[in-house]
Amino acid sequence: MTEYFWLIPLIPGASTFILAVFGRWLPKKYVSWQACLSVFASFVIAVVSFLGLLKVSPENLPIVKTLFSWIVSGQFNANLSLQLDALSTIMALVVTGVGFLIHVYSVGYMAKDQGYTRYFTYLNLFTFAMLILVMASNIVLMFVGWEGVGLCSYLLIGFWFEKNSAANAGKKAFIVNRIGDAAFILGIFFILINIRSGEFRAINEAIGGGAITQGLATLIALLLFAGATGKSAQIPLYVWLPDAMEGPTPVSALIHAATMVTAGVYMVSRFNLLFTLSGVAAQVVAVVGALTAIYAATMALTQNDIKRVLAYSTISQIGYMFMGCGVGAYAAGMFHLYTHAFFKSLLFLAAGSVMHALSGELDMRKMGGLRKYLPLTYPTFLIGAIAIAGVPFFSGFFSKDAILTHAYAQGQYFIWALGIMGAVLTAFYMFRLVFLTFFGGERLDAHAKTHLHESPPVMTVPLVLLAFFSIVAGYVGLPVVFGEKANLFGRFLEPVIKPGHEAHLTMNMEWMLILISVAVALCGIYIAYVFYLRSPQAPHQLVSRFPKVYNLLYNKYYVDEIYNAVFVNSTIKGSEAVYDNFDLKVIDGTINGTAAATGFTGKLLSFLQSGLVKDYALVLLLGVVIFLGYLLL
Amino acid sequence: MGIFLFSLLAFICLGSVLGMILSKNQAYNALYLVLAFAALGGLFGLLDAPFIAAVQIIIYAGAIMVLFIFVIMMINLRQGITPEKKKWTLFISAGLAVILLAELILAITGTFSALGHAGGEKMGTPTELGRLLFTDYLYPFEITSILIIAALVGAIVLVKKREKE
Amino acid sequence: MIPVIYFFILSIILFVLGIIAFSIKRDLITMFMAVEIMVNAANLAFISLAKAANSLHGQVIVFFVITVAAAEAAVGLAIILLVFRQKKSIKAEDMRLMKG
Repeated sequence: MTEYFWLIPLIPGASTFILAVFGRWLPKKYVSWQACLSVFASFVIAVVSFLGLLKVSPENLPIVKTLFSWIVSGQFNANLSLQLDALSTIMALVVTGVGFLIHVYSVGYMAKDQGYTRYFTYLNLFTFAMLILVMASNIVLMFVGWEGVGLCSYLLIGFWFEKNSAANAGKKAFIVNRIGDAAFILGIFFILINIRSGEFRAINEAIGGGAITQGLATLIALLLFAGATGKSAQIPLYVWLPDAMEGPTPVSALIHAATMVTAGVYMVSRFNLLFTLSGVAAQVVAVVGALTAIYAATMALTQNDIKRVLAYSTISQIGYMFMGCGVGAYAAGMFHLYTHAFFKSLLFLAAGSVMHALSGELDMRKMGGLRKYLPLTYPTFLIGAIAIAGVPFFSGFFSKDAILTHAYAQGQYFIWALGIMGAVLTAFYMFRLVFLTFFGGERLDAHAKTHLHESPPVMTVPLVLLAFFSIVAGYVGLPVVFGEKANLFGRFLEPVIKPGHEAHLTMNMEWMLILISVAVALCGIYIAYVFYLRSPQAPHQLVSRFPKVYNLLYNKYYVDEIYNAVFVNSTIKGSEAVYDNFDLKVIDGTINGTAAATGFTGKLLSFLQSGLVKDYALVLLLGVVIFLGYLLL
Repeated sequence: MGIFLFSLLAFICLGSVLGMILSKNQAYNALYLVLAFAALGGLFGLLDAPFIAAVQIIIYAGAIMVLFIFVIMMINLRQGITPEKKKWTLFISAGLAVILLAELILAITGTFSALGHAGGEKMGTPTELGRLLFTDYLYPFEITSILIIAALVGAIVLVKKREKE
Repeated sequence: MIPVIYFFILSIILFVLGIIAFSIKRDLITMFMAVEIMVNAANLAFISLAKAANSLHGQVIVFFVITVAAAEAAVGLAIILLVFRQKKSIKAEDMRLMKG
């Protein structure tokens, strides 16, 4: 059943090609069907491959299929080869499944847009690149996918390129990503030099065989993680993600919530042996993840733009995933990635539905009491919010709890504490969003109110499906308190992610930690309720008492301004200096000079062509004399 | 006897060519050249090539130079052409020519004695030449005939006066 | 018995004289005649070397050279006539159309 897994990336790839070349002449309806069906076909094959994979015994994993011999240089090969194992299957399922639902949603959301075909071409291209990324069997091909999703991110963020802010946001995303990628490439080089092959199997064997020293492992791991901070928007390279909300909402859902930004987590999990070998790197990952989680959560508290809140929430949640990986619980990190894909994309799509209903309004100060008007959007959004807050029986609870428990079990109390504080803030800002949008008095624009309508089924059906999964997806990874065998997710990943030195807690401790997580989540929700429903003036009073803190948070700690002053302006000034002195003077001078010299030489030589036969004969004679002389001497 | 003949003919040849160079009148130049070609024909004869000698005299001295004289008559210049005004090109050419002469003579210094003598056994009889022409050199022979026709037609077409259109 | 080398040196001298004639003269017809001198010098060289190598092939070549030179003279003179009709002059300096 697993023979066809290599088709998973190629079907969207073929669809992209058709849309790119022929899209101009294809009718809109056909484009929608082809784009969505190609992703659906990939999803079906992914499910079939997954079922087939369950039957394969661990020694035969991973299944690798080489499609095309790409780089062959001496002993070093890097081929277009795809790999099927637990990790890549999970990612493929998430990408194609959630991707399919978002494609369907986009049919409704982008129905009236001019660039409809262009949008679906880019979306399919993104799916193709992302699938290449997660199914690559060597790091060079993975990097190709890595760059590909970065490109699609740029194209889709700047989709409405006539708007200056959108074009700038696209540029910012790509450039910041690139900085991370520079470190990533260095990491790849170090791997290739020392291990002579980019294949993951070979790398893992080398690590297992002791060919890598701890120092080298740390260096490589840190470089790779630096690349991940760019792609997955962690400190210090997260600044592009809030601005990326300029793109269409389905794009934010797919790329900046469910899939692309989680590529970093996937990469760290793929290299789990490397990170485990180097304790320092793992600790760095955990600390950066935890700090980012809290840091982003604080910024989400004050934003008024519904999508910005969700953006900061994404940054924060990815911080949790890295936190999980950093403390050694790679499976937990991947589990959170998987559940997060469902509820975060649900939240984004529902937010899009709200914006669609209000004709594009995204400022929460102009919303309120919408639950009467949006009978499908409101409950699904609520489910997403409950899931992310970590309330039990919903998926977010299981994954977040897994991470926090592992952190505590490994003795990382500081990280655990940061995680708990983050959980409070998460619950608080999510429900702040819910209450401001759907409850309370109506602060709507009169014009928006007249067009208020629920979204069409093509948009609401994906919402319902995602809501369903946001509830049930978590049950594959039950915590240890329900039995050692209950963590189906973790056990599925075992061939890829070797369970590390598992510290065990007593059952009592486990229950205690669960209770603390739940309490913390409910606490956050209650505070939000107090602030925004019971006494709506409370936020304003708090702000007026601590104006400096509020300003700091509202202006995102002025990080963008700092980066601008320190890095961007100096780069611009440096480039201008180089342009004036080198580009204009040296390069243009050389080219103009060459042209002038050629013209001058031509003028000189034209004297030879007098038009007189005699002169030509003279030159001929001269030539013969010289030639004969040369032959004689 | 042979040497005497050779010196005579060589002298006539060189003398005529020099005369041609020094004279300013084109008709005189042509006549000098006829004399030179005749002497050359004689020299060919001395070199055991009687057929070629005859061909040279008939065609070169007899046909080609006559052609020249016809054209000179048609052009009908009243006065001669004054010699070169710019003297320096003259000297350069002369100088280069002398250098070429020296080089060429230098080139053959090694073979002064190797070339053997003229007069004697093998003669270039028409039979022998004819045999070669029609076996080894058949293609060039036929193609040359086409070439002559082409030159003939070309020359006539070129010089034909166009009717006023 | 005349040493063949004498003929050969004669041909060389004739050739160089032809070159000098070509460079000195200003009218087209005489320049053309100088070209004919050069061709004949080459013919003389061929014949003398044919004698030295004791083969008749050199003479066959001379045969062809004479033939072709005749054809060339015909066409060349026709062109000179045409040029004279256009420019009313046969001085080489007046033919400057290919300048530059």
